[in-house]
Amino acid sequence: MEAGYGMSDTPGYAELSNGFDWSLAEAELGYEHGDIINIGWYCSDRPCRLGLADKPALIWENIHGDERLYSFDDVRLLSNAIAAFLRELGLQPEERICLFMDRLPELYISFLGILKMGGIAQPLYSAFGDESLWTRLQDAGTAAVITQKKHLGKVRRIRDRLPELRHIIVVDGERAKRQEREITLRMDELPRPDHFDLYPATAETPSVLHYTSGTTGQPKGAQHVHYSLIAQYLTAKWVLDLKPDDIYWCNADPGWITGTSYGIIGPWSNGTTQVVLDSGFNAELWYRFIEKHRVTVWYSAPTAIRLLMKEGSALPKRFDLSSLRHLCSVGEPLNAEAVIWSQETFGLPFRDTYWQTETGCIVITNFPGLEVKPGSMGLPFPGIPAAVLQPQTFEPLTEPGTVGIIALRAPWPSFIRGYWNNEEGYRAKFVNGWYLTGDRASVDADGYYWFMGRDDDVINTGGHLVGPFEIESALLEHPAVAESAAVGKPDPVNMEVVKAFVTLKPGHAPDGDLELEIMNFIRKKLSPIAMPQEIEFVESLPKTRSGKIMRRVLRAQEWGEPVGDISTLMED
Amino acid sequence: MDDLRQTIRDYVIKEYVEEGDETEIELQTPLISGGIVDSFSMVSLKRFLEKKYDIQIPDDEATPEAFDNVERIAALVERIRQG
Repeated sequence: MEAGYGMSDTPGYAELSNGFDWSLAEAELGYEHGDIINIGWYCSDRPCRLGLADKPALIWENIHGDERLYSFDDVRLLSNAIAAFLRELGLQPEERICLFMDRLPELYISFLGILKMGGIAQPLYSAFGDESLWTRLQDAGTAAVITQKKHLGKVRRIRDRLPELRHIIVVDGERAKRQEREITLRMDELPRPDHFDLYPATAETPSVLHYTSGTTGQPKGAQHVHYSLIAQYLTAKWVLDLKPDDIYWCNADPGWITGTSYGIIGPWSNGTTQVVLDSGFNAELWYRFIEKHRVTVWYSAPTAIRLLMKEGSALPKRFDLSSLRHLCSVGEPLNAEAVIWSQETFGLPFRDTYWQTETGCIVITNFPGLEVKPGSMGLPFPGIPAAVLQPQTFEPLTEPGTVGIIALRAPWPSFIRGYWNNEEGYRAKFVNGWYLTGDRASVDADGYYWFMGRDDDVINTGGHLVGPFEIESALLEHPAVAESAAVGKPDPVNMEVVKAFVTLKPGHAPDGDLELEIMNFIRKKLSPIAMPQEIEFVESLPKTRSGKIMRRVLRAQEWGEPVGDISTLMED
Repeated sequence: MDDLRQTIRDYVIKEYVEEGDETEIELQTPLISGGIVDSFSMVSLKRFLEKKYDIQIPDDEATPEAFDNVERIAALVERIRQG
């Protein structure tokens, strides 16, 4: 099986799996049980102690050509400075401090600063609208938000409904324009303390709170701990194959977990230089960025890869992309065509990696050196037992090719310790000791996993999970909407996108103006990813006799799949 | 700036630029690559153009590159209107 592409000197999958124990990562990091383990220190101070103080940690660029470079020592000193600033504001250990900004250097370094002073970092996607932002800040009881001028308006509009929010910290703009509860933090103007009295976090000390969507209810706060470092360090080393001389580029926004696990913790705990491009999608810009910085390891996403494919194979030939040596992908399943295209275009396959906000690290993957079966998710990471379970009995399926629910035997270092204020929701994710991912797959005779789809109503659009309940609740706040149902519909680039079925209140007629108005209403209230890309106005929605809307009927229609049992369908 | 470009620019400012954000939108300001309009929001911008100018923009022409600034969007609308 280990034919491989001869691209890595990481020991083979079989060798690494044999007798695997997470303690090998602990030993590499010099950690022993009971020690202080603060991710902020491991990602900045430790690399400096290992002689990497002058090595670039972050090379940042934006669309306007601005460029900033921070060495590991800069990151160490500036994260000390931010930690001291937060502590002086009176923020306490384990208080939630939200990061709500674009991919600025302040975001990456503040993340470490929060962890160093013992706070819980709560990164949120900066494209979130007012309501999505409020829902997550209110649920977490967030004490402070670190943001930028561009997004300050959203925070201002909801702050009166957030009594626990004491500080709004703005990293740019004019000090004179600050309002109530606002304070300016200009990172590059801060004194750089060589020493900071580090918060003595231990393994189970809370570290990061990332919100994720489910089928029912509002998004849940997935609570991680400092010990997650062990898994994030090792998976970054083994799966992303990070080496001392690599230049690493992760496309993910730190508002989502890929952007923190592998956009901050993974590379920096490995002492790897990373480059960040603060821009939207642009194929030419991206290729030029790889060429300019001699990127060697690229962690991207299927949506981005499919957009690059649409631009064709001629464009990348205009650039010297020979520095690339390892490509990985995450977000939603990577289709076989994209893997083949990548092999033809870059001489390397994009290797799919599978994981979730709850898992904290990569759990199924096309390991370096292993044969890539285009379209497959790969094999389970050593130390994380996985299976597909029969959906009714929840017993592991052993017949190759049989579809079941992907389940994992928790815990491992980066698995969540719970959902914030939602013990019931957390417990509901387990059956017979298995953590249920909500994704369906089959396993072939070689043990490779093949993704089949979601097992619930959650919509995976462009690698982002969107909960239908949140969209439907927001739709009902539009004055014209009587009832609504949100489902995923197929999309060639984003795998699926949101489609809403809507019935209107009396006095409202369906037309293009209303459709656009509702789309923009949801985009501003929730986010662009939650905005229905299509709205179908209907006379009624399929419901059970008890009145519950049957999303699966609508979803099956969109996907051209059998509707299944509709014996409970209410007849109009 | 002609009416078409002015209308598109005004719509972009009204719908996609956050209140208090002092980003200037000129004809060549990068919208998609500049992170002002993301690829998901592009669909609502496309829908606005189709409705406003009574046109159909084929999906394969509604690319991030074609929507990356007001000038390119206007050129696309003009070409489709001319048939």
